[in-house]
Amino acid sequence: MVNIASLWQYLALQAPLHSSMSGEPLNLTKMGLTTYTLPALPYAYNALEPHISAQIMELHHSKHHQAYVTNLNKALESHVAAVAAGDVAAQIALQQTIKFNGGGHINHSLFWKNLAPAGTEETRADAAKGLVAEIDRTWGGLENFKKTFSAALLGIQGSGWGWLVQEGGHGGSLRIVTTKDQDPVVGGDVPILGVDMWEHAYYLQYLNGKAAYVENIWNVINWKTAEERFQGKSEDKLEEKSEL
Amino acid sequence: MSSTLLRTVPALRGALRASGAPKAAAMASTTFVRGKATLPDLSCECIDNLTYTQRPQAATLRGASSQGDDYGALEPHISGKIMELHHTKHHQTYVNGLNSALETIAEAESKGDFTKAASVAPLLNFHGGGHINHTLFWENLAPASRDGGGEPDGALKKAIDSDFGSFDTFRKQMNTALAGIQGSGWAWLVKDKSAGTLGLVTRANQDPVSGPFVPLLGIDAWEHAYYLQYENRKAEYFDAIWNVINWKTVAARYGKD
Repeated sequence: MVNIASLWQYLALQAPLHSSMSGEPLNLTKMGLTTYTLPALPYAYNALEPHISAQIMELHHSKHHQAYVTNLNKALESHVAAVAAGDVAAQIALQQTIKFNGGGHINHSLFWKNLAPAGTEETRADAAKGLVAEIDRTWGGLENFKKTFSAALLGIQGSGWGWLVQEGGHGGSLRIVTTKDQDPVVGGDVPILGVDMWEHAYYLQYLNGKAAYVENIWNVINWKTAEERFQGKSEDKLEEKSEL
Repeated sequence: MSSTLLRTVPALRGALRASGAPKAAAMASTTFVRGKATLPDLSCECIDNLTYTQRPQAATLRGASSQGDDYGALEPHISGKIMELHHTKHHQTYVNGLNSALETIAEAESKGDFTKAASVAPLLNFHGGGHINHTLFWENLAPASRDGGGEPDGALKKAIDSDFGSFDTFRKQMNTALAGIQGSGWAWLVKDKSAGTLGLVTRANQDPVSGPFVPLLGIDAWEHAYYLQYENRKAEYFDAIWNVINWKTVAARYGKD
């Protein structure tokens, strides 16, 4: 397993790879890269009903998330080949594809884990005592935070995500940010919880009524996961396959 | 397709427009009311109502539109449910957002608060662009049984052959551009105003085509444009939509400027 921070760092820094590989056969693992795989959901496709339908969850996970994983691996392979070939133009040309698909993989991996079936222990705010206390200090109460976060989600123009983050790393101030398309939260901020505002996340069930989706998603937020991320005890990993 | 909806929606909308102006005048400046945008009916054959400052008169609604609001007219390529939601909900939201942005700007302007007026620019671009884009989009679609599909002819065909090599090449390039959009957006066949040549551009979200380009043909790549029918298989939507492209509209736009 590779810590999720590895790919973040890669995306944030566009880390240069050793170019002394010419003449040797390509070996992605040796070059510090891996191929990524679709993680299993920590619950069944219908587990979030009635708030998010099984049909949405199945397409979202098995088709959309899978496409990001597949295209990320393709782009990384091309990138390695471009590095080996000393073709910096080709490397630059791949950066946006890596950002989009790598971001899609990171974002969805975080999203699945910060959701849980309604009515479970995980979806109760007292599963996040430390985080909620900090939310109270920052927004004057959980309800006001939810209201502010919901407004940010509904203000996104086009596809994107809303995030609660800790600015600059663990211990930093809480802040609500939105990111466009599949831009991930990188560069030091710690994502605590994310909400997908792409239309594919809600359209089959809510149609154009995205305000209802935003209202209902609070029923399936996994506060236990949010607390672990807030405390820096998260075990978020990106699934990888080491053999190529 | 609900026939009740077909009959009542335009009539209702006309009634709302007829009675809307006095109410609005009581709340906002007359300048704003004069420029108020309204949702156009689907007018797949009509090229006269391109502006966002549609006159709020019921008389302009049905007469110019040969399809009226027959949301099922583009089936099986685009479902009636998609068309109905896309037009009555999504496009309406852009119209409302545009009017709201214009109202905020007018109010800020009247108070000399230019910081406030400038802060509305993103909303004006998004909702104004959404209104412009969808208005152009409805007009460049037509039922496959009527003017939809096929290939362009005349001067437009010559220009496409000259600038893309062939119609097939153009279509493939447009589909590649559509498939490459990351997130929500549009792909457009455009004419360069100064050079007169054709080209392909993509725009994020609802950014409208402007500057040196005249939009001739736009295809909506937002998920709401296809998801209920095609789900994640957007390539199938991009293939199918060529069956309902109204080349008469595209040719008229090409010849106009």
